[in-house]
Parts: sequence; C-alpha cells; structure tokens
Amino acid sequence: MPNQWVTRAPAQETEIQVDKNRQPKEFSTMKNTFKTLVMVTLVSVASPLWAELAYVSNEKDNTLSVIDMKTREVVDTIDVGKRPRGILLSKDHSLLYICASDDDTVQIMDLATRKIIDTLPSGEDPEQFALHPNDRHLYISNEDDDIVTVVDVPTKEVLAQIAVGVEPEGMAVSPDGRWAVNTSETTSMLHWINTETFEIEKNMVVGQRPRHVEFTRDSKIAWASAEIGGTVHIIDVDKLEEIKTLNFKVRGVNQDRVQPVGIELTSDGRYAFVALGPSNHVAVVDAQTYEILDYLLVGSRVWQLDLNADESLLLSTNGVSGDVSVIDVEDLKVTKSIKVGRYPWGVVIANDS
Amino acid sequence: MRSFHLSPVAAKLIALLLGLSVPATVQALDIHIGYIQWVPEEGPVLSNIIPEPGDGGRRGAELGVADNNTTGRFLDQNYKLTSVTAGSAQEAEQALATMRDRGVELFVLNVPADTLNNMAQTTDSNALLFNAAAKEDRLRTQECSPHVLHTMASYSMLTDALSQWLNKRRWQDVFLITGPTDQDKQWAEGFRRASKRFNIDIVAEKPWTFDGDLRRTASSELPLFTQGPDYDAVVVADVRGDFGEYVPFNTWLPRPVIGTQGLTPVTWHRVVEAWGAAQLQSRFRDLADRGMNDLDYAAWIAVRSIGEAVTRDNSTSPEGVRSYLLSDAFQLDGFKGRKLSYRNWNGQLRQPIPLVQPRALVAQPPFEAFLHPRTDLDTLGYDRPESKCRISG
Repeated sequence: MPNQWVTRAPAQETEIQVDKNRQPKEFSTMKNTFKTLVMVTLVSVASPLWAELAYVSNEKDNTLSVIDMKTREVVDTIDVGKRPRGILLSKDHSLLYICASDDDTVQIMDLATRKIIDTLPSGEDPEQFALHPNDRHLYISNEDDDIVTVVDVPTKEVLAQIAVGVEPEGMAVSPDGRWAVNTSETTSMLHWINTETFEIEKNMVVGQRPRHVEFTRDSKIAWASAEIGGTVHIIDVDKLEEIKTLNFKVRGVNQDRVQPVGIELTSDGRYAFVALGPSNHVAVVDAQTYEILDYLLVGSRVWQLDLNADESLLLSTNGVSGDVSVIDVEDLKVTKSIKVGRYPWGVVIANDS
Repeated sequence: MRSFHLSPVAAKLIALLLGLSVPATVQALDIHIGYIQWVPEEGPVLSNIIPEPGDGGRRGAELGVADNNTTGRFLDQNYKLTSVTAGSAQEAEQALATMRDRGVELFVLNVPADTLNNMAQTTDSNALLFNAAAKEDRLRTQECSPHVLHTMASYSMLTDALSQWLNKRRWQDVFLITGPTDQDKQWAEGFRRASKRFNIDIVAEKPWTFDGDLRRTASSELPLFTQGPDYDAVVVADVRGDFGEYVPFNTWLPRPVIGTQGLTPVTWHRVVEAWGAAQLQSRFRDLADRGMNDLDYAAWIAVRSIGEAVTRDNSTSPEGVRSYLLSDAFQLDGFKGRKLSYRNWNGQLRQPIPLVQPRALVAQPPFEAFLHPRTDLDTLGYDRPESKCRISG
C-alpha cells in the first residue's frame, strides 16, 4: 500500500462526519485546524479516486443498489433481471455484467445511463463469471447444467461449453490469462481450464463446497474457499499443488458456522480478506506468512467482498442482514454498515467516469 | 441415468493388467448400489386429496447416482444403480439376496423397520445398508446393527427439533392429539420425551378415536374435541395423514397446529432453499418432475455419502466405506447450512431439521441456545449415553 494513505484514515473519518451532517460550514467551526488542512490537502489529491460508486446485486429484490463511496449512502436502486447474483465490470468500467440467474441470461448495463443495453447467451442458471484479461471472453458457471460457458462478448458467440462437476459456482481467470478456474460445489473440485484449448487440464479435490477462487496479481498463487469444509486452500499455480490449508476459528462462534466464501487480496500482497459466511466475520490473513491476523465483525452471513481502487476501503455484502459493511483497510476496522436490498450477493466498485 | 464415457472400462482393464501398482488417479472404479423399496399399504385415510408420490426415495437415489457420476467422470469412477420396488416384505428380502448374489454390496433401503432388521440379520460386514426411511428410535437405541447407517431422521430427532422451537417461542403449554397407529404412538412417545427435555408442558392429551369423515364434520367435531385447559398450540401425531389435516383452523381456541401436520419437522421438504438447496431442488425437479421429499433426500444423501467415501478414501468395499463414514475425517454438504456426519455409536446421520409449513420454511433447529459438549446437532435425538448402540467405538 502506498505510504501516502497511511495518514488518510483519521482525515477520512472527519470527512464522514462533515458529509453526514451535510453542513459545509462545519469546516470553519472545527477546532483542529491542522486536521482540516490535512484533510483539505488530501481531498484535492484524492478526489478523482473518491468519485467511486459501488454496485451491489440484491438476489431477492431483482435490483442493484448503487452506493456513493464518498458519502457511503445508497444513491440509486436499479431494476434488473431475476435473481441477480454475480456482477463484474468491463476493463474500462463503462459496462457492468450481471448474472440474472432466474432469467438464464447475462445482462449488460451501461453504467453511464444505468440502462440494460444488451444480454448475452449464458446457459442455464448463471451464477458467477469471470472476464479474461483480453476483455472479450466471459467464463460463466451454469449452476443447474454442470457446465462452464465461454462467451465472446463482442460477437456473442458461444466459444465453448465445458463439462464440469455438480453445481459449478466460483469462476476466476488468472491475471496472466492462462487459466480459468471453476469450482464445483457438490463435486468439491477446482477445475483448471486451459484458456487456449478450453479443456480441463487438472481437477483438484478440495474441501466441501468450494465457492470462490482469487488469484494474486502475479498469477502465481490462487486462493480457494471451501464453504462447508471451513477451509481456504492456497495453491501454487506453477505446480498446481496445494501449499497450505487455512482453518479459521472465531471466538464464541460454533465451528460449523465458520464458512469461508468470498476472498479479496490486496495488490501489494499484504492482506487476504476472507468472508466467513454465517459466522458474520471477515478474516484478515497475512498474505505472505498465511497467518490469520484478525476477525472483523460485519453483518449477518457475509458473502462477497470488493476493494476500491486505492484499496483503502473494503466492502462486504451481508446476505441475511441485507446490508453492506465498510471496512477501513489501514485500520482494519468496520466503519459503517449501509442498508441495501434483500439478500445482497455481489459487489463491485467502479470509477464514476 | 446419465452414462458417461467409455474410458473407465478401458482404464480398468489396463489397471487390472498392471496390477495394484497403478496410481489411484488412473484406476477406474465401478460402484454398484442397490435400492430396495417396500412400502406397505397404509390403509384408507381421510385426507387423500394430495397423494404422496409412489417413487419417493427411488428418485432421490437416482439423483445421487447422477451427481456422483458427474464427479466420477473426473476420477474414473462409475456409479450404477439397480432399483427394485417390491410388493411384499418377502419380495424385498429376496431382492436383497439376489442383488448380493450378483455382487452388490452397498444398499439404500426404503423399507419398514422390521424388514430392515431382517435384512440386517441376513447380512454382515460384507454389506453396508443405509436406512433411508424407517424413523423408529429402537433402531438407534436397542436394535443396533454395525453395518446399518441411518440417513432418515428418527422420530426423536424430529420431535426434539419441534420442542426446541416451542421452547424458543415460549409456547410451552400444548394439547397433544395422538392417532391410533403404532407409528402415531411412537411419534407421540418421541414428543413426550422431547417435552421433558425442552420444558414443554402437555396440559391435555387425547387419543383420536373418531371414524367419521372429517371432510364433512371437522368443523363440528374438532372444536369440541379440543376443548380443555388453555394451551399455546395443538400438537398432532398422525404420521400417515389420516385426520391431522383437518385440525388446523378447527381448534376450540385460536391456536396454531403443529406436529405431523401444520408446522412439521421433516428430514427434507421442497420448500428448503437456503444454503444452496435451491440448486438441489431444481436438479431434482428436472429429474423427477415433482418436489423432493424426505424419502428422496434420505436416499440421495446415502448415495452421496458413498460417493464421498469413494472419492476421499478411494475405498469401495462396504467395510472401507463404513469406516470412512464413521471416522472424524468424513464431512458432507447436505444443503442444510453445515457439514453433516454420522454418529459413530449408532450410525445416525447428524443433521439440522427443517420446520416447514406447506409453502415455507419456518425455522431450522438446532438453535444456538441449546448447548452440547460435542456438537449442538446432538441435541436432536438420543445421545450416546441414552443409546445402547456401540457400533463403532
């Protein structure tokens, strides 16, 4: 993490207060002029980064909630297809892809107008997907069909349908574009798909109900969560071998309720964040030593995670409590919870260009 | 049933030629599972408007085999199911003998408790039997067979779940109505035991003895029948669904009806959708064109247990599968929000119990407030010290 952000956390808290009260005159009433100066300086430096919007898919409301990352309030709620789950951004953040699971389609939303401008063939019951770094090939897991569908977005051509295990769920493509990994929940496997041949090259049995895969930026390590197994599997991508299994223990929480789902890694290789489902905590893991550093209390049944562009903030979707928790990455503190729709599932943070 | 590629056969031939030194990953495994169903006629019931499916259980086993094969194609495992629906207990026992002669060693059974016991007696550790239907507690406390595992929840597990919920709601005074069949009495016996465990007071109890047609007279019979001291809920023990459907909305006091009708504790129901269950339900619906019931689930999870043992432990023998399933290493996702395992003293699958009304899930005990030194799942049903069974340690 760049050093300049170390000083940002306290200033940002002040910023929240100002925003909440919506009274700019408080600037002048503030006693700590030094703090104000720091803040003003930072605002001017960082303002482009703060023009960020988070999009949250609400599985049981058929909507997206839009959160202004500056005010940390919901600024819009957009109707989308039925049972929206996985969502992701195009490379330039102009388009949002939405898995509308019960409509058996992937919708494309133009973020400038917030209108659905197109749909993609997706196979049945699309749940999660991942975009290849070529910005064209979309890998979609079709939960009811036991296949992964690869779609070329500009031409809408289905390039391949790859048979995988029962209930394909998590999808990830390595940043170097070489591997697409699918998790099949009931089969409990990671399927490693060669992105040139669209063939499975390796099947790895992991813990029960694998949900999510996340690659490090250099594509050397993959992290995979197993929800019912209660484990996170860390995999050496060159060797395709597991190098470490993480187990979690949240004080005062029944071990059966510690269920890893979403994973997010900071790009500097410092932290991994693991959403632990109905234990209502997010684990903070040292991404170098694999030591578990802390557990942060968030809302009920925490599902997916996303970092903002400068990685100062982490959002978590909390399915049962119907809210999003805001985590300050520097302080490792939960600073706010934002009420969204029913059963928030996926979250992405986009530059509001 | 889906069948996959031809390569397991070829791979197995190669494996046989090369002997046991072949690495596990290329060794093809054929796993043959027998499903035997014998459901005695339950006699005429008043509430026959929505009949139960006749293939309950069998379709669950079929889905389990399809699921196992989807996984198996990556591991060169090939699962095969042979199903027999018998017309009598003798026919069912004969089917077991015939399949065993043909080399089948793993069985999923949807048969009554007595037939199950006969089958257990005529087999031993070279067969593994899954009880996917009989709820009798005596199978889990007295009549223990080391090679029988139970995937259906017992009467006491169901009634403990219901009583936990009553305690949680503080609806602790109940009116119990028990039907005339042996099963009704067992269900009621389970509930009486549960009421003591979870501090529920049975303030009135009546046996059901009417033999009129309640579709015409429920509104006049039942209000009088349910007069008595004040109660928070009426508990009905009517396992086959004879009169119980007519109790709701016909009670003397305006109170909810729970038990075998109304709000019901079940091993599974089509309304269960959380924890990924929606996917299991839609897979089942695609296969069977109907909702998945408790018999389907018990058979499905028995087959899935076998698949898990084969995948993780590479064992296909009854003894190998059994010892893996009873070990600490075994864990299975049963779409109930947590990992499931078998009680190693009586072979019962530990599992949360959905409490459902016909169109929605109401709650899924155990609740966190009820503690247990091993796992809170063992607050449901007979615990180790209460059972004579010691089938494995």
